[in-house]
Order: sequence, then structure tokens, then C-alpha cells
Amino acid sequence: MNEPGNSAPSTDSVPPPPRPSSSALAVAGRELWRAPFSAKVGLLIIATYIFVALFAPVIAPYGESEIVGPQFDVWSEDHPLGTDHLGRDMLSRLIYGARNTVGIALLTTLFAFLLGGTCGILAATLGGWMDQLLSRTVDVLMAIPALIFAMLLLTIFGTSIINLILIIGVLDATRVFRIARAVSLNVVVMDFIESARLRGEGLAWITMREVLPNIMPPLVAEFGLRFCFVFLTISALSFLGLGIQPPTADWGSMVRDTSTLITYGDITPLLPAAAIAILTIGVNFVVDWFLHKTSGLKDEH
Amino acid sequence: MLIQRLSLGLLTLFVVSVIIFLAVGMLPGDAAQAMLGQAATEETVAALRARMGLDQPAPVRYFHWLMGILQGDFGQSIANGREISELIGGRFANTIFLAVFAAVISVPLALLLGILAALYRNSIYDRTVNVVTLSSISTPEFFVAYILILFISVQWGLFPSLANVGPTTPFLERLDKTFLPALTLTLVVVAHMMRMTRAAIINLLASPYIEMANLKGISKRKIITHHALPNAWAPIINVIVLNLAYLIVGVVVVEVVFVYPGLGQLLVDSVQRRDLPVVQACCLIFAATYVLLNLTADILSILTNPRLLHPK
Repeated sequence: MNEPGNSAPSTDSVPPPPRPSSSALAVAGRELWRAPFSAKVGLLIIATYIFVALFAPVIAPYGESEIVGPQFDVWSEDHPLGTDHLGRDMLSRLIYGARNTVGIALLTTLFAFLLGGTCGILAATLGGWMDQLLSRTVDVLMAIPALIFAMLLLTIFGTSIINLILIIGVLDATRVFRIARAVSLNVVVMDFIESARLRGEGLAWITMREVLPNIMPPLVAEFGLRFCFVFLTISALSFLGLGIQPPTADWGSMVRDTSTLITYGDITPLLPAAAIAILTIGVNFVVDWFLHKTSGLKDEH
Repeated sequence: MLIQRLSLGLLTLFVVSVIIFLAVGMLPGDAAQAMLGQAATEETVAALRARMGLDQPAPVRYFHWLMGILQGDFGQSIANGREISELIGGRFANTIFLAVFAAVISVPLALLLGILAALYRNSIYDRTVNVVTLSSISTPEFFVAYILILFISVQWGLFPSLANVGPTTPFLERLDKTFLPALTLTLVVVAHMMRMTRAAIINLLASPYIEMANLKGISKRKIITHHALPNAWAPIINVIVLNLAYLIVGVVVVEVVFVYPGLGQLLVDSVQRRDLPVVQACCLIFAATYVLLNLTADILSILTNPRLLHPK
């Protein structure tokens, strides 16, 4: 799958340049131009979400939890998408939701990667009892379905954003651990690791400078997929009323709050759900293209 | 091989039950304190603790708890003091009913779509199915559910959007009421099963004996159904069982959307009320089902593969 023996390990999100004369930026631009249509759509979607999340206070017509009209108001000029069950502007909450929902999912994924990735590389590099201990712990944690386990832990520790990030992060780190350990195991048997060990390099040098750059491509692709998974899990928990708590604008709980409207044929509850779906589809398209580029699957046909 | 996998499965079940049991111990205070509330005096709490056996050491309590569960006694709910086995009984049957209903629709559909995609690969049909399934994998379940409600239930009025079945609901009415939840679950799992079926068959198509069959001039259809499919069964069965495990767990969100009286909804309600004994019982049932189905998947793949059944 991965090619640890590749001469130029790139920490960049683009594959190594074909000609040494072209700069990394030019290569990135050329790859982008040649990317399939679905990947371009995906990148455009992600860029839009980032823009909306960054400039939410500028774009949104009203405040995040400001009550500005009657409950369940219809779509009008003042409120382009109507109001929710408390009379808050739907459009503004959708825009702020990009910040909260995506931000929390991103933090959780980063935490999961930091924890799972570090443990995975350590387990592969150190081997022995450390590997056994970490691997068996992960086996046990993975035996219980993630959503169910998350609900059990949320009952015990209570539903707050910090708890949510920590619980989902730890549960998801198990999957990251598996991947990181598996790809690192292929790398740690290579000659350059052996020679680094003989040079007397420390553990930090070997993991950060020798192993990490060589397992970067599969980990980056995994990051995209894990983000989608975390994002969907947090949205599901919020939808069930166990995730991000009011008055924070969040897409999962917005669907829940406005869900009664669907029985009157009003599509308002579908909007936040669509916001979730579009982002995950966009990320999936980009990851699909990235996997294609880095794993040499190009010659499939 | 088989015995090894079976004992590993039992060990997993044991460890899972220990984790779920220990989780309760991490709660500040204990069940006795929670039942009596903050106002209770130290003596009454201690008395109740003794009556519930909470003053005994953890291994003893675990043993009693496990013995109780094996005899169908899950203890009592903190919120309303009712027997948990009473709360769970009918609901678990409902959840299984919904999962089986979804499986009956989704498994044949996924196999058919997957085989067709492998047969006509890289055609417009294959590409369309690829994009559609990739999208449906990455959509939240409640999105699919509400779209189905909007069109099928509200606009066309074909099926009801509330799955409020009771113990006396006749079978046909039950099918009618649970059709939309089952369809939602179907849409969620078909994508994965179909992609795996396609991948398993295409994987085999690269092997020499298929090339031989090709060179003999056998039709494409016959190669897939007579030559590729029999060898692809093991991975396909595996994927089907894994998706059944996913169905059992994935019902939680769907049950809440359709207000279906299943185990998932009980779990969500209990988490909101922080009714730990009920959460514990539901989690144990979900986790045990999940572990057992995973075990079944592994055992079936060992049984259908002679090379695994008789290791060198």
C-alpha cells in the first residue's frame, strides 16, 4: 500500500515533485488543475465551509442565540430561512454552526490523532510489552460499539463540550492507533531505521524524523476519513440531545429542535442535516482522490 | 483455529462485561446515594447500601451482578424503581424485529447491486452507483430518515412517519408502521455491503482461473455466477454479518427519529436522565450482541474457507 522506500519522503499533502526544478507550490497548483471533477468540488466545499466558519460574525445577519422573532416563523425577507422553536434566526444559527460543529469535530480529530498516532508509532518502534499493552487495551476498547460506549461514558461524566471531545477523541484514537501502528511496522524494519539506531539516535529522533515522514500520506488520508466519522458521531449525539448543548448553535441539535416542522412538509430541519452531509461528502471526495494519488492505484483500469 | 476464536470471543464478552460493570464505580457517589437523593441521612444510605449489597467488595458484587443478568435480573431503574428486565423485554424484541426487517430488504438488494456493478464495471451504471453509495455512506442517518419522511410520508402519504407499535399490533400493521425506519437503515447499510461485494468479486476476477475461463470463451455472466461468486462467498458473508452488527447499533438514531419503542430509545432516554443501571443494562445487551455477531462473522469465514479450517 504505502511505499516507505520512496526516495523523497514528503510531509506535504502533495506527492514528490516529478522535476526538481519546479517549486512545491507550482506542483500543488498543477496537481490541483489535473484533479478529477469530484475532488475539485470537494475542495471548493471545504474552502466554503472554512470561509463561513472564519467570518461567521460578519456574514450572519443576527447573533448566535439572539431571539429575533416569533417561534417557527416562515421564510421571509427578514429571516431568509425562518426562525427556530425559540424564535432564533435559522440562517444565522446555520452560519455559526459551521464554527461550532466543525470546530469541535476538528479539535476532537486532532486530539484523537495526537493520542492514537503517538501511541501507534511508539508501539511499533518500541515493540515488546509496550506494544502488547497498548494493542490489547485498544482491542478491548474496540470490542464495544463506539456510539454505545460514548453514551455510557457521557452518562458517567456528564455532557459537556470538554467531555465530549475527550470521550470521542479517546474512542476514535483506537482506530488511529491501529492504522499508525500498522504502517509504522512496515517502516521500522527498514535499513535507515537500523542505521539511525546504530548512530545512537534517541527515541524522539527516530519517531519524529525517521518514522513519521514516511507514514504521513496514509495518515493524512486517514485524518480526512476519521474527521468525517467524528463529525457524524458528534452530530448524531447532538441530535440525540447528548452532544453539544444549547444555546450553542450546532447542526445536530438544530435538526432535533426543528424536527416537528417536517410533518407539515417544511424542509427547514433538512438544512442543517444537509450542511453536515455536504461537508462529509466533500471531504470524502478529496480523500478518495488523495488515496488514489498516493497509493499508486492509478493503474486500476 | 475455531476453538481459539470461540474462547477469544468468550474472553471478549467477559472483559466487556467487566468494563461496563466498573464504569458504574467511576460515578461520584453510588446507586444507593442516587436513589435516595442528597437529602438522605448517612444511616438510611448505609442501610440501603447494605440491602443492595453495595458494601461488599467489587469482585463479589460483579459476580452477583453477572449471575443476576444470566437469570434475567438486571436490577431496578433509579428513575422510577421499575424492574429493568420489564422495561427491556418487549423493546429488545422490537429492536431485533426492526433490524431483521431491514436486513431482509438490504441483503438481497446489496448482493444484486454489487454483482451487477462487478459485471458492468467502469460503465455508467457502475460509476453512478459508486458516487451514490459514497455519498450515502457519508450522510447522517437522520438526514436520510427526514428526507424519507418528507417525501414518502408527508407528500405522498404512502407510509406513516410514526412507528408507534405496541405489543398487540398485528403483524401486517407492524410491517406498515416500521417500513420507513427499515428503509432508512437499508439505505445506510446497503452502500457498504454493495461496495464490499463488488470489491470481493473484482478481486477474484484478476486470478488466473478466471482468465482461463475467459479464454475458453464462457460468457461474462456465467464467469461471475459460476466461477467468481462461489469463491467470493466468504468475504461477502463476513460483510453481511458485520453490517447486521452495525444494524443493531445503528438503530439508536433511527428509533429516536421514528419514535419507535425499541432498546435504543430507552438507552437515549436513560442517558438523559442519568439512570445508570438502565444505561448499563442496555449497553451490555448492545455490546454483547455486537461481540456475538462479530464472532459469528469470524466463525463463518473460517468455516467457509477450507484453508483456514485446516491450517498447515
